[in-house]
Amino acid sequence: MSQGKSALMKHENRWFFIFILPWIIGFFSFQIGPMVYSLIMSLCNWEIISSPKFIGLENYKTFFTDPLIKQCFKVTFLFALMTIPTGIVLGILLALLMNQPVKGITIFRTLYYLPAVTSAVSAAILWIFVFDPQYGILNYLLKRYFSIQGPPWLGSETWALPALAIMSLWGIGGSMIIYLAALQSIPTQLYEAAEIDGANSIQKFFSITLPMLTPAIFFNLVMGIIGTLQTFTQAFVTTNGGPANATLFYALYLYNNAFRYYKMGYASALAWMLLIIIFVITRIVFRTSNWVYYEAESR
Amino acid sequence: MNNVYRVSFFESQKRTRIFLMILTYIILILGVCVVLLPFTWTLSTSLKPLQEAFKWPPDFIPSKFMWSNYSQALEKLDMIKCTENTLIVTFSVLIGTLFSNSLAAFGFARLRSPWKDAIFSMVLATMMLPYQVTLIPLYILYRNLHWLDTFKPLTVPAYFGNAFYIFLLRQFFLGIPKEYDEAALIDGCSYPRIYWSIILPMARPALITVGIFSFMGSWNDLMGPLIILSSYEKHTLALRLAVFRQDAFSYALNFTILAAGSIMMTLPLIIIFFFAQKYFIRGVVVSGLKG
Repeated sequence: MSQGKSALMKHENRWFFIFILPWIIGFFSFQIGPMVYSLIMSLCNWEIISSPKFIGLENYKTFFTDPLIKQCFKVTFLFALMTIPTGIVLGILLALLMNQPVKGITIFRTLYYLPAVTSAVSAAILWIFVFDPQYGILNYLLKRYFSIQGPPWLGSETWALPALAIMSLWGIGGSMIIYLAALQSIPTQLYEAAEIDGANSIQKFFSITLPMLTPAIFFNLVMGIIGTLQTFTQAFVTTNGGPANATLFYALYLYNNAFRYYKMGYASALAWMLLIIIFVITRIVFRTSNWVYYEAESR
Repeated sequence: MNNVYRVSFFESQKRTRIFLMILTYIILILGVCVVLLPFTWTLSTSLKPLQEAFKWPPDFIPSKFMWSNYSQALEKLDMIKCTENTLIVTFSVLIGTLFSNSLAAFGFARLRSPWKDAIFSMVLATMMLPYQVTLIPLYILYRNLHWLDTFKPLTVPAYFGNAFYIFLLRQFFLGIPKEYDEAALIDGCSYPRIYWSIILPMARPALITVGIFSFMGSWNDLMGPLIILSSYEKHTLALRLAVFRQDAFSYALNFTILAAGSIMMTLPLIIIFFFAQKYFIRGVVVSGLKG
């Protein structure tokens, strides 16, 4: 009997590997293999036409002295500062609004979510028309209703990054949906109990809703940081890093090094540094995440 | 006396409720105007005669509707060819994605193996890997395989699984009662048969979710086509629009045409989204809450 059972287990184990075989092949040929290759490349000086030359940690040393890298981090940090906190607050407010039991709310949800399904390329182009300094609707509205002479947005060193931040906040529907789902999964008993205790709606929000939303906030925070470091398409289409590198995102600089200057070695080192930075930041965020409330833990 | 008080209390409560409802609607509608502004403004630009697009103060409604901007966009951006290319890539990726990820998810959700947990944690680990790390070596690999300027680099990897989709499908497969498999096994069903005739039909909603993600992903992808496709007649829609936009000369001259082009590129996605909303949102939610 036990032998029959172990034969069955073996049979099942074999089928397990057959089923995941495509993934295993992909894992080695599109992930592990290229990663090893990339690590080696990051130790070389290679401008694609010439043959690679081993230079040790030289690329990584360049990384720490490259003034443009400093600029990348400045851009990324400022952008994260502009988009992530606003994104969290706006996302929650929108989700609260979308949770109101009024007629036709599903139509509003759909409309608010629409930007999140728009492709980054066309979204960028749509906003170019809005931001156009002379003929765009935004500066017209500013002038007409607020008598403000709008800045040249994407053409200005100061305003290009805030313009991209507005574009990015436009896609807030994605995080709104996550907050909304989190809101709807809060057990109603909690609110009922609070009402019996005589809590008002502000108290209910801060002692029930907000703590129950922290896992979703945490998720959006981590994704926001990783997303900012990898921002590429919007910047590529609208400003291409300019003016004067004011929107030089890390991923864009990496792309430029690899496919514009053909510095394959240096670009590989940049990719590895990105991996390390994402890993470290995620670790820090996880470490400091004792403000996140997981219902399961208290059960 | 008491009664009168009660009535007026209810009246005022009702009044506050109506007031709050109206306020909610006002906020909602204002918000919608802001959210839709880029769409409506670009739509308006796309229908204007070129001179009118450069008019100040601008008008929201074009003086005459230039539908010819759309036919010109089709022609100048070669959009029919680009759409064809995009569809070839999108559907090849779609088939590969559904096939490879459902297989792997079946393995992880329904079969037992001493290696399962270790391998699954590796699947999850690859989700954290930024794509930039493999971008350059893969480019070199495709170059050496003479795959550059073909659709293969954009489609072939989809046949070998993707961590995010495996995770999503596995999550759904886990929810299907194990008794189905056990009953089928007793009836002499093989595992491929269980996968094909029991699990896949029951997992249709999850497969649709993954399908929509995959469709949108390849329809919208810029980085892949940007580094792989160099010849003009192989461009996808996203690449063509980006290239057209970066060409400063054509930008100023073809302001309205670019607007028409981006409206046309966005429209199919919006239509799909309207019809398949619930599947789409489920995917976002599963990945966000359980991820």
